[in-house]
Amino acid sequence: MISEKALNAILMSLLFCVPLWAWVSDEPFTITLATRAVIFALAAVGLNVALGLGGLVSLGHAVFFGIGGYAMGILAFHAQTYSPLMEWPFTISGTKLMPVIWLMAILFSGAAAFIIGLLSLRTTGVYFIMITLAFGQMFFFFAISWPAYGGEDGLSIYIRNSFPGMNTLDPIQFFGICFAILSLVLWLNVRLVKSPFGLALNAARQSSERVEAVGLDPFRLRLIALVISGMICGLAGALFADLNRFVSPTMFSWQMSGELIVFIVLGGLGRTFGPVAGATLFVVLEHALGGIGEYFLFFLGLLLLVVVLFARGGLYGIITGRADR
Amino acid sequence: MMRPVLQVEGLTRRFGALIANDDVTLDLRPREVHAVIGPNGAGKSTLIAQICGGLKSDAGSIRLLGQDITHETTKNRARLGLGRTFQISSLASEDTVLQNAMLGALGAKSRPWQFFLPVLGDKNLRDHAENALRRVDLIDFADKRTGELSHGQRRQLEVAVALTLEPKVFILDEPMAGLSAEGTQLLTDLLRDLRNQAPILLVEHDMDVVFKLADRITVLDYGRVIATGSVEDIRKNPIVQRAYLGENL
Repeated sequence: MISEKALNAILMSLLFCVPLWAWVSDEPFTITLATRAVIFALAAVGLNVALGLGGLVSLGHAVFFGIGGYAMGILAFHAQTYSPLMEWPFTISGTKLMPVIWLMAILFSGAAAFIIGLLSLRTTGVYFIMITLAFGQMFFFFAISWPAYGGEDGLSIYIRNSFPGMNTLDPIQFFGICFAILSLVLWLNVRLVKSPFGLALNAARQSSERVEAVGLDPFRLRLIALVISGMICGLAGALFADLNRFVSPTMFSWQMSGELIVFIVLGGLGRTFGPVAGATLFVVLEHALGGIGEYFLFFLGLLLLVVVLFARGGLYGIITGRADR
Repeated sequence: MMRPVLQVEGLTRRFGALIANDDVTLDLRPREVHAVIGPNGAGKSTLIAQICGGLKSDAGSIRLLGQDITHETTKNRARLGLGRTFQISSLASEDTVLQNAMLGALGAKSRPWQFFLPVLGDKNLRDHAENALRRVDLIDFADKRTGELSHGQRRQLEVAVALTLEPKVFILDEPMAGLSAEGTQLLTDLLRDLRNQAPILLVEHDMDVVFKLADRITVLDYGRVIATGSVEDIRKNPIVQRAYLGENL
């Protein structure tokens, strides 16, 4: 049995070294796989703020992932077609600059999380799950029926967006950007868990009435948690769209939301690095078992069943030997 | 007579046709321990929920230091000075003892909107929390997970969290429930000390404790106040004896 900290270090080194090795031995596809894992991990880390720390089981986090994706898609689409995003009252043109795209992805997904939170956080338990699911479906069908940006077919972006001083078309460099962002967000997340806000949110998950009795507002704590969570998912969505150079309504699908939950449960609920382990395992399995087609999902379901029934702490629980937090 | 700290007037609560509390009036004076007793289902828990904000009242008013708090939220009532403990312990059981006390301190200073610096590094808050733990003799268990505490220790921690709020009034919901004789003694001594800080509204089943601690007693039965008075008055009161049929007062 090894400690949680050691496992975090091993996990992050693996995630960093495997693509490096793939780069040396010229296997770009492995780098792309690793980038996919990193981006999924980022999204799941985002959801984990709401789910793991705040206890908010949201089945609608694909909304933020999708908004991030479409923020990238729309901005890049207008840049590549040289058409302005809007002309009145002032002209806004598209952009291919990643930092600007990220900022927009974060702002819009944060705003969406705020509005969705205002409405959905009045409910708890299964009603909360249903409301978030409903929001997810609304965005999904909106994206499908919005012809300006590809509708059902989605939007293709011909060239990956740029980051000053780097060649993002080089898989290892794009991986580096994604890995750096994931590391930064994880570090901020560790700080968040230990911060006053983290303490209060964590307590609100365990006992709402206690938090109220000390004069704090659980609703407001959860709302802020949802906004932070949505922003991280939005950023991940923008990166995911850039990885594929393609955005489609499937980013908004409820399956996507479900997968994010699966990453967290596989990795270990309530661990900061758990989602990283879960997302990585998922991508590895997806690749290894992908050859058997649809059956992949059958085996994933089986694995999930085993984890939930026999290894409640997920991968982290199995390896560190502690069932939960 | 000193002005009461907490005034409850005509408080009523119905659940459909059932009247849980009917026109309950009582007050809490500075430095006093005012016990509320009554058989099971008498409306004690409903009364606490009405005073602390979990339940809305159908009629009546609640005043804290002269200020009407009848329509305030639970959160605001806590901020204005109601420090309560729960009958069914509602601490964050996955967190450490110190973290639970820190939560109270955080609420008292209403400073949860800080996202980056570690909360345990905030010396002000930490001193505040540790002082409360010292008061209830839990400082040696500060790093223990709350879920691993004994039942009695959890009761002590409940009181510590209320202490961090520096409340104007303590509202204690059956603090002795399930305690051993030794634990009861410990907590009784603690409450005797606590009253110097703020008056205590004590809902309690344990008559020995009530008679030891209380200055005044209010007896509820079927949601009505059937008697209020000193310990002696209540002991002798025939109506009370009838309500507690079989119990030796």
